[in-house]
Amino acid sequence: MATTDFDVIIVGGGPAGLTAGIYLGRSRAKALIVSEGAIGGQMNLTHKIENYPGVESISGYQMGSVMKKQAISFGCEIKSNAKITDIQLDGDIKYITINHKNTFSAKAMIIATGGKSRSLNVKGEAEFAGRGISYCATCDGDFFTDKNIIVVGGGNTALEEAVSLTKYASKVTIVHQFDHFQGFKQAIVEAQNHPKIEFMLQSRIMSFEGGEQLKRVLIEDITTGNVNPKDIDGVFIFIGYEPQTQIVKGKLELNERNEIIVDNMLNTSMKGIFAAGDARVTKVRQVTTAVADGTIAALSALEFLHH
Amino acid sequence: MTLQTNLEHVVSAADFEKLIQNNENVMIICGRMGPMCVPVYDAVEEMKHEYPHVQFRDMLFDSPDARVIRELPDCKGFMGLPFTVYFKNGKVVKATSSIQTSEQIKNILDQNFVD
Repeated sequence: MATTDFDVIIVGGGPAGLTAGIYLGRSRAKALIVSEGAIGGQMNLTHKIENYPGVESISGYQMGSVMKKQAISFGCEIKSNAKITDIQLDGDIKYITINHKNTFSAKAMIIATGGKSRSLNVKGEAEFAGRGISYCATCDGDFFTDKNIIVVGGGNTALEEAVSLTKYASKVTIVHQFDHFQGFKQAIVEAQNHPKIEFMLQSRIMSFEGGEQLKRVLIEDITTGNVNPKDIDGVFIFIGYEPQTQIVKGKLELNERNEIIVDNMLNTSMKGIFAAGDARVTKVRQVTTAVADGTIAALSALEFLHH
Repeated sequence: MTLQTNLEHVVSAADFEKLIQNNENVMIICGRMGPMCVPVYDAVEEMKHEYPHVQFRDMLFDSPDARVIRELPDCKGFMGLPFTVYFKNGKVVKATSSIQTSEQIKNILDQNFVD
């Protein structure tokens, strides 16, 4: 096979990608991690990780920093906050171009691009982000002390963060599109029993309005189609995650949710391309499972290289 | 107290004044070590070598002296960390609230701080 810049290029710098980098580096394979965002991925969104075996408690940022240090110590190169402008997965040599100018080649590639928070994609959402709309209760909760706020969503995160936000807000209204919640029973009961929390089920936000700050939202009652304004100081959006697989769409086989289809050794539909973590088809999305995926993908890539 | 980043820190109001008065192009990220702030510090750490004509700093949002950022008229209405403020010749030319991507930051730098 022709000479390449790297043995394996890992796309994504979350726990799956970093673990793959550690394993490949430690196996003396020449590895490069390319990440469009900050190293750590969605771990950076977690204030405290308390269910990672062997580590009592650590912030997501710290865990990402340690993994990064480990990967670098074993010789893995890292390029973060790099815009991927082209990726070629077919052929014996794989290519990735970042920022329209630097192209790197490898014999194998691991796609570990993870997921990102879903947005509502309605009018005013981008305009009022940071001016009344937030995606992080622990970051921005104190800006909403004694304010009237909405939490959008019906899963565990939405329910738990709604309860958490009652520490600051005078009133929290949970707006959810269905007539039931998807969260665990304990989270639902805690929210339902909280005196500061109200519910608007079978409802959805149609647009955000205001001036310098968010002032009101237009909410549709899905059962009737009626749209009414609601004055509000803030809206927190927790409607789940979606896989970040746009760069491989049309190149790898994806399912209807745009997750990469893999076998049990994390081979994708393309020879020499592996997928790990939240970007692949999986029901469980945890740091621990991402780390396991990174391990398997790295070992599969090594086996591929040796054959 | 300072942030645990690899950026240089602004630790006092006096530091802040000196910085913006003595430098043509300055960007200050005022935040905490939270999920919306960390990616912005990380993005700037990565790109700062591409902008040698810009002074990049961070500042702890909860320090009393960070009022120099928190109370800027340009940050009125901000309800998301970090507050990121861009100064040209001591004057605010742009301010953003909450997380920004590397691309968004570069666009602002390219538009306002031409080398």
